[in-house]
Amino acid sequence: MNAKQIDQQTLLKDEKDPLTHTPVHLLSLDNVGKHYGNIVALTDVTMAVDNGRVTCVLGDNGAGKSTLIKIIAGLHQHDAGVFKILGEERKLNSPREALDSGIATVYQDLAVVPLMPIWRNFFLGSEITVGWGPFKRMDVQTMKDITKKELADMGIDLRDVEQPIGQLSGGERQCVAIARAVHFGAKVLILDEPTAALGVKQSGVVLRYILQARDRGLGVVFITHNPHHAFPVGDRFLLLKRGKSIGYYEKKGITIEELTAQMAGGAELAELAHELEELGGHGDVVKEVQAEVAGTSGHLPA
Amino acid sequence: MTQTLTKPLAGDERVGTRNPLQKLLGRPEVGALVGAIVLFVFFAIVSQTFIQPNAFATVLYGSSTIGIMAVGVSLLMIGGEFDLSTGVAVISSALTASLFSWYFTTNVWVGVLLALAVSLTIGFINGWILIKTKLPSFIVTLASFLMLTGLNLGLTRLIGGSVSSPSISTMDGFKSAQAVFASSVNIGGVEVKNTVFTWIILVAVASWVLLRTKVGNWIFAAGGDANAARAVGVPVTKTKIGLFMAVGFCGWILGMHNLFAFDAVQSGEGVGNEFLYIIAAVIGGCLLTGGYGSAVGGAIGAFIFGMANKGIVYAQWNPDWFKFFLGLMLLLATIVNLIVKRRAELK
Repeated sequence: MNAKQIDQQTLLKDEKDPLTHTPVHLLSLDNVGKHYGNIVALTDVTMAVDNGRVTCVLGDNGAGKSTLIKIIAGLHQHDAGVFKILGEERKLNSPREALDSGIATVYQDLAVVPLMPIWRNFFLGSEITVGWGPFKRMDVQTMKDITKKELADMGIDLRDVEQPIGQLSGGERQCVAIARAVHFGAKVLILDEPTAALGVKQSGVVLRYILQARDRGLGVVFITHNPHHAFPVGDRFLLLKRGKSIGYYEKKGITIEELTAQMAGGAELAELAHELEELGGHGDVVKEVQAEVAGTSGHLPA
Repeated sequence: MTQTLTKPLAGDERVGTRNPLQKLLGRPEVGALVGAIVLFVFFAIVSQTFIQPNAFATVLYGSSTIGIMAVGVSLLMIGGEFDLSTGVAVISSALTASLFSWYFTTNVWVGVLLALAVSLTIGFINGWILIKTKLPSFIVTLASFLMLTGLNLGLTRLIGGSVSSPSISTMDGFKSAQAVFASSVNIGGVEVKNTVFTWIILVAVASWVLLRTKVGNWIFAAGGDANAARAVGVPVTKTKIGLFMAVGFCGWILGMHNLFAFDAVQSGEGVGNEFLYIIAAVIGGCLLTGGYGSAVGGAIGAFIFGMANKGIVYAQWNPDWFKFFLGLMLLLATIVNLIVKRRAELK
C-alpha cells in the first residue's frame, strides 16, 4: 500500500486562516460511525484537523470520545462514513500504520515506563544506533542531547535526562510524551484527556504545551471533558453525547458559556444539586456537587 | 520560540553535585555488593582456609554454576517474567545430549547441538504459551517444570533403562566437548574451572546488551510497563520470548557442564535449583515485578550464594544452617530493593 505521508508543507503555521486556504484537511471525518456487535458506539461524526490548529473533542463519559480516537489512532476501524488523511480515503488497520501516516497518540496513562530514565523513554522503540551487526549499539550521548534539546524546544526546563521519568510530575510526563511524538515526525497529535488527572497548575502547563505543539505546525486533536480547558486552546469544537455529535463549532461561532451549556453536565449537575438538597442529602455531597457545577459553568446554581 | 531556548543546555545548576557515594547508592546492585563484602570479610576472619587461592577458586566455581543461570534469569526478571522450570531444564538439556548420542551412537557433538535446540525450544514454548494465554509466568513455568521433571525421569528410564543416563565417556567427541564445557585453567598454580570464565563473559555480554543496545532498552520497557512499551512500538512479544530463549541458552551451557564434568547425569536432579537462580537475581537487585535490575547484580547474588555455600564448609560449621542463612539474605535483599524502588519512584 502506498500510504500518503502527511506533509508539513501542507500548510504553513503562519498562514492565517487554514479553514479556507487549505485545499484539503490533514484529517477529515465525514459521518463516521462505529458499532460493536449490536451496540452503536458512534454515529455520524464529522470533524476536521488542520496544521497549526487544535480540534477539541468534548464529551462526558461514554460519549464516544474513546471510540473516536481509537478509529483515528488505528486501534479500531470505522464501519460507516468516510475517514480521509490528506484527502485520501483511508482505513487504518494498526497503530503502526497510523504512526507511519504521521498520527501519534499520547494516552493519559500509557505514555511512559516510570522506572526508566527520561532519555530512554524518549527514544523507546525508536532508538538511535551506531555500529554494525552484533556490535550495533545505542548512541547514548546523541540520544541524551536530542532529548534535552527537544524538551527545551518545547519549553520544558529539565534538570537531568538521566533521572527516572517516574520522578517527574504528571504534567511533565505528558509533555515528554508530546515532545517525543513531535520529534518522531508526528503531524497529527491526538491527546487523550491529558489534563484529566492533573491539578489546576499542572493542567495549565499541559495546555501551554498543546499551544507549543500547535505553533510548531502540528494538527492537534485534544480530547477532554472540561470545556474550560478546551476553549482557550481550541480552534474547533466537536461535542459528543451518547455516541452522537451534538455540535461542531469554530471558535468564533461559540462562547464558553454556550459550550459549557451544550456539554452534558452543566445543566444536569445543577439539577442534581437541587435534587440532593431537597432530599436532605448529606451537606458535604451537595457542596461537592455545587463546587463541580461552579467549576464547569463558572457560577453556582440558584 | 521561548525564552527557555536561550538557556544553556548543559551544566544545569539544579543538578547539583551529587556525590559519588549517593550515585553509587542509587544502583540496583548496591545492596548485594555491600552484602558480598560483609560476607567476604566475615568468612575471611572466621576461616583461615577461605581466602587461600585454591579455596577461593572453589568458591568461584560454586558461584559460576549458579551465576551462569542467574544471568539469563536476571534478564528475564528485568523483562517482567520469571521461570520455575530452569532447574530441571538444565538437566533436560544434559539428558538430551547424553541419551541422543548414546542411543544413536553419534559423535557427542551432535547430541550437544541437539540439546541446544531443545533448550531454546523449551524457552520458546514457555514464552509463547505465556504470550498466547496471557497466564502469569508462575503458572506457565510451573507447568513446564512439572512436565520436564516427568519427562526427564520417564524418558531416561525408557531409553537408557536406568535413573541415570548411560556413561558416554568413551564416545567420539567426548574429550573435545569436555575441554569446552568442563575443563580447568591453571593460573599461577591454581586450578580455575573454565565455567568461571564463561560466567564472566556471559555477565559482560548481558550487561552490554542491557545497557547499550536497543534490545536492552526493550527489556527494561517490557518489564517496566508492557502496555506503554507496546504503545510506542516495542516488540514486547518478541522480547519476552527471546528472554525465555536466553534462559534456555544459559541452561544449555550449564547442562553441558554438568554432563561433561562427569560422564552421566542423574535424571532426578535439578529440582529446587530454579529457586537458587531466582534468589541470586533477587539478591542482586532485580525486582520481581520487573523493569529494574542488572546482570552484574545477579552475578553478585550468585557470588554471595557461592561464598555462603562453601564458606560454611570452610568455617567447619554444620551446613544445616545454610538454608536459614539463604532465607535471611533473601529477605534482607528484597527489603533493600523495595526501598531503592520506592526512592526511584519518589517525586
